[in-house]
Amino acid sequence: MPVRRLVPTQEAADLLDLTRQLARDELAPRAAVAEAAEEFPRDVFRTLGRAGLLGLPYAEELGGGGQPYEVYLQVLEEIAAAWASVGVGVSVHGLSCFGLATRGTPEQQQWLPEMLGGELLGAYCLSEPHAGSDPAAMRTRAVRDGDSYVLTGEKAWTTHGGHADFYKVMARTSDDGPRGISCFLVPADSDGLSADTAERKMGLTGSTTATMRFEGVRIDADRRLGEEGEGLSIALAGLDAGRLGIAAVATGLAQGALDDAVAYAQERETFGKPIIEHQGLGFLLADMAAAVETARATYLFAARLRDAGQPYGQQASIAKLVATDNAMKVTTDAVQVLGGYGYTRDFPVERYMREAKVMQIFEGTNQIQRLVISRALARGGTPTTTVVP
Amino acid sequence: MNIVVLVKQVPDSGSERKLDPSDNTVARATADNVINEMDEYAIEEALTVKEAQGGEVTVLTVGPDTATDAIRKALSMGADKAVHVSDPAIHGSCAVQTSAVIAAALSQLEYDLVLCGAESTDGQVSVMPALLSERLGIPQLSGARKLTIEGSMAKIERQTDGGYWEVEAPLPAIVSTWDTINEPRYPSFKGIMAAKKKPVETKTLADLGIDASTVGLATATSKVVDFAGRPPKGEGVKVADEGDGADKLVGYLAAQKIV
Ligand SMILES: Cc1cc2nc3c(=O)[nH]c(=O)nc-3n(C[C@H](O)[C@H](O)[C@H](O)COP(=O)(O)OP(=O)(O)OC[C@H]3O[C@@H](n4cnc5c(N)ncnc54)[C@H](O)[C@@H]3O)c2cc1C
Ligand SMILES: Cc1cc2nc3c(=O)[nH]c(=O)nc-3n(C[C@H](O)[C@H](O)[C@H](O)COP(=O)(O)OP(=O)(O)OC[C@H]3O[C@@H](n4cnc5c(N)ncnc54)[C@H](O)[C@@H]3O)c2cc1C
Repeated sequence: MPVRRLVPTQEAADLLDLTRQLARDELAPRAAVAEAAEEFPRDVFRTLGRAGLLGLPYAEELGGGGQPYEVYLQVLEEIAAAWASVGVGVSVHGLSCFGLATRGTPEQQQWLPEMLGGELLGAYCLSEPHAGSDPAAMRTRAVRDGDSYVLTGEKAWTTHGGHADFYKVMARTSDDGPRGISCFLVPADSDGLSADTAERKMGLTGSTTATMRFEGVRIDADRRLGEEGEGLSIALAGLDAGRLGIAAVATGLAQGALDDAVAYAQERETFGKPIIEHQGLGFLLADMAAAVETARATYLFAARLRDAGQPYGQQASIAKLVATDNAMKVTTDAVQVLGGYGYTRDFPVERYMREAKVMQIFEGTNQIQRLVISRALARGGTPTTTVVP
Repeated sequence: MNIVVLVKQVPDSGSERKLDPSDNTVARATADNVINEMDEYAIEEALTVKEAQGGEVTVLTVGPDTATDAIRKALSMGADKAVHVSDPAIHGSCAVQTSAVIAAALSQLEYDLVLCGAESTDGQVSVMPALLSERLGIPQLSGARKLTIEGSMAKIERQTDGGYWEVEAPLPAIVSTWDTINEPRYPSFKGIMAAKKKPVETKTLADLGIDASTVGLATATSKVVDFAGRPPKGEGVKVADEGDGADKLVGYLAAQKIV
């Protein structure tokens, strides 16, 4: 089903055209092979960076594209429809720049153009082996020593771990629970920083995930973003935006699965007609299409709230929950549509299904999203109506 | 160096293309329109020459209002400005008439080099450079797989089935390019934003001093009289391998005069 989009400007429409061209020519032809070989496509990020796709939601003064989230997320969706690992990478990279863009000093922000231009690849380190859903339980320490901090500990599950040029790291500067955490930007070539062997994952194998080890890593004190103790709030503010990114990526993945399933169902014949004409299967496809459009509409509403300067955390959680659960359902059903062939590695749909699973887990598990949503419900509130010019 | 690139908007050759049954012309309004593929190579070559020698790249297109999409794309790749000739009377023009319009538009521009694609994917007559060369009285170097500008000379490697010819001509000249000449760049988001501010001049037949009755379907030198859809794909030939599969395959290919 061809995607139908609404965008606010002609340049946004041209940007989406460019994204589709890059997705078709540079991403789609390589995805299956790179995923099977478990190879991280570093060069793809340079290509996307040169095209200006890595800094879209950031202000033009900072070297970004000055685009609203409504546009940026649709670009991300198109990238993920061709290659989910790259979509995740673009979202993670964007997130790794978030603290610097929102909380960095003008001196610190001089690093941004190279980051947003894609010459430098970013990663962020929040999770630890024992602290995923509950990051405030983290133990990695940053101890002040004159003009520097010394970081010690391990950060689990780092997307781009070992490939990134800089790591946005949350570490403990005091024992004051959630308020004892600070945020640092650590260059990859720092002494004492190393990446473990990458995780052997079920899917998303073109995206490297590794534990980063900090063994007395000394960094300049001016690499701290924000004040001491503000680290967790910087990380969580980034996560709201990151959740929208994952919602868009999951929607793209589901769209890709839907497109493959529909194309197959038009060709494949049983009992003398294309299987799409058997109502039982046609309805399955209809439900898949409805799930994809629901996901898109949900993340776009959250994006528009954000673009309008309104609180959007609860809607970001709803979007992440709906889009990733829908992607899981749609990709599973895509395997069903392809029958036995869908279960083989000769067709991409089984891979889509493996890729969808992780989206229910990272950037806050879907249980944590429900926690966020239900807490907001408990807090209550009054209806709001905002006029968007 | 002033370079003009001729850019045509065509229905995407990768999607379904139709003729309009009311007058047998290409159905452009309903098509998925894109820049003619070969013209992207001409744009890239123009930008490469400009980057090496300085100057200005102007995009020239003759086509309906939708052709602004093709112009914006060329500008976002890095061209400096554009001229768009658009007039309802041009509808249904043949290659000869189109060349008169392009030649008139070129005459109002300053150029040292005109670049165009070696063929379009819709009309595909491959004669535009020759027609323009004749009308403008400038040499044509057609089918280039390589272009070098040395002083006031343009030199190309003209691609042939067996190899290439070296051909040269004094500037101003018109050069048509194959897809072997370079790898066209992608636009960038910066380019897209910059394109918004670049000048696009729209011209009508009157602006070019062309009498509207000399162009268009009514007076075209060639017309599509009739057309039929491609016949549906027949049943393929199945070869059962009983130890002689290879012989049967070769026999079939030979019968089809493929080998
Ligand atoms: C491929 C991949 C990439 C990742 N990339 C990054 C990255 O770049 N940076 C980074 O910092 N982290 C990253 N992560 C880590 C990811 O964010 C965590 O895995 C996730 O937050 C869950 O944490 P956990 O694995 O420790 O699970 P746990 O927190 O141990 O959760 C286990 C289960 O318990 C449930 N649960 C936990 N608490 C509650 C509760 N209060 N109520 C109900 N249920 C609950 C969870 O939903 C889950 O089902 C990545 C993970 C993966 C798999
Ligand atoms: C069988 C047949 C059917 C036709 N049917 C129609 C029809 O239904 N409707 C119709 O309108 N025309 C029709 N034409 C004419 C067709 O539009 C012309 O061939 C066209 O105007 C110019 O020729 P071309 O694109 O084939 O040029 P080519 O010589 O193949 O093109 C070479 C290059 O010239 C440049 N160029 C060509 N045209 C333009 C342009 N308009 N603006 C800027 N640069 C250009 C491009 O750089 C292109 O790559 C038909 C022609 C044929 C042979």
